[in-house]
Amino acid sequence: MALQHLTESTFDAAISAAPLALVDFWATWCGPCKIVGPVVEKLANDYDGRALVGKVEADSETALSERYGIFSIPTLIFFKNGAEIERKVGVVPEAALREILDANL
Amino acid sequence: MAYDVIVIGGGPAGLSAAVNVRARGRSVLVVSNPLEENPLWKAEQIDNYLGLPGLSGAELLTRFRSHAEQSGAEFREGRVLNALYAEPDWYVSIGSDVESAKAIVLSGGVARARKFPGEAEFLGRGVSYCATCDGMLYRNRAVIVAGYSESAKKEAEFLRSIGCDVTYFDRPRHCEILGSSKVERVICDGQTVETSCLFLLRPALAPTDVFPEMAVENGYVKVDRSMATNLPGVFAAGDCTGAPLQVSSAAGEGLVAGQSAAKYAAALARKQ
Repeated sequence: MALQHLTESTFDAAISAAPLALVDFWATWCGPCKIVGPVVEKLANDYDGRALVGKVEADSETALSERYGIFSIPTLIFFKNGAEIERKVGVVPEAALREILDANL
Repeated sequence: MAYDVIVIGGGPAGLSAAVNVRARGRSVLVVSNPLEENPLWKAEQIDNYLGLPGLSGAELLTRFRSHAEQSGAEFREGRVLNALYAEPDWYVSIGSDVESAKAIVLSGGVARARKFPGEAEFLGRGVSYCATCDGMLYRNRAVIVAGYSESAKKEAEFLRSIGCDVTYFDRPRHCEILGSSKVERVICDGQTVETSCLFLLRPALAPTDVFPEMAVENGYVKVDRSMATNLPGVFAAGDCTGAPLQVSSAAGEGLVAGQSAAKYAAALARKQ
């Protein structure tokens, strides 16, 4: 499965190793996340080998959520060479996410 | 669960759409606030609804609702906050739940409120439209709720139940949201409160808040004669499409939208 579940202990190493990454901060009680979730999984498969696509459960990973200033869920953060380049909050169409990934490959 | 049609808004237009989707043998879910919160409920007497002069808004709404229920439409209390098109289906979030449908009828009425200063800027960074969606992030913290309906009071209670310290403003006329990278304080009707979170709970979201790519003009949704919007499988009816803002025209537009939505869903079903 291309989609990676990231935690406090695996996050930094995974993000710094990937030239391009997309991380979905989600939660089980979040309705809109259930819409975005399948889209993120699809992107994980489509961009396998070209970009890291991961998920962080914001509720249990409180340190990561605080570090990245997560105030609303879902929040999708794009990283290039380990640094944040863009973030999207809420339900965003698949095409918009692909546009950002394609522009930074 | 997947429906043929999801109707957003359970007033005359939405209920009429639901009846007509059912008349075509298709499944329909109506997402709505409680009937008593519909603006029509407060109308004392409607004299221009053909065949039923002299009834109150409440009486008309009750009849419409009963008709839709008898037709076999399903109902869910709540607000649709997000919609996403993943061809060929639409996915909508209702609080913490998600439902999908082949077609949508938008009949949410007129969302009159203009955004407050700071509202758009801080949306997602301390301003939220949904307590059940984002409340858990603010457990055991001080939050403000600006509520514009009885349902908003229930959402405030939910926040209290998960440990939030809630300051409730009942229908504030003006709010200002201030901060730097995130919300730091809110001023509602002259009262300043230090907070990192404001829940703005209006009865409905504007069409473009739910469907950012929907074509609108002067705040009203643009539709053709079959009540189709510019988005595939999305139809609109009633006050949200513009004047005249009348019960009769809402019911008529709802019929057309319901039939169009059912036809669209049927065509997709045949393809699959």
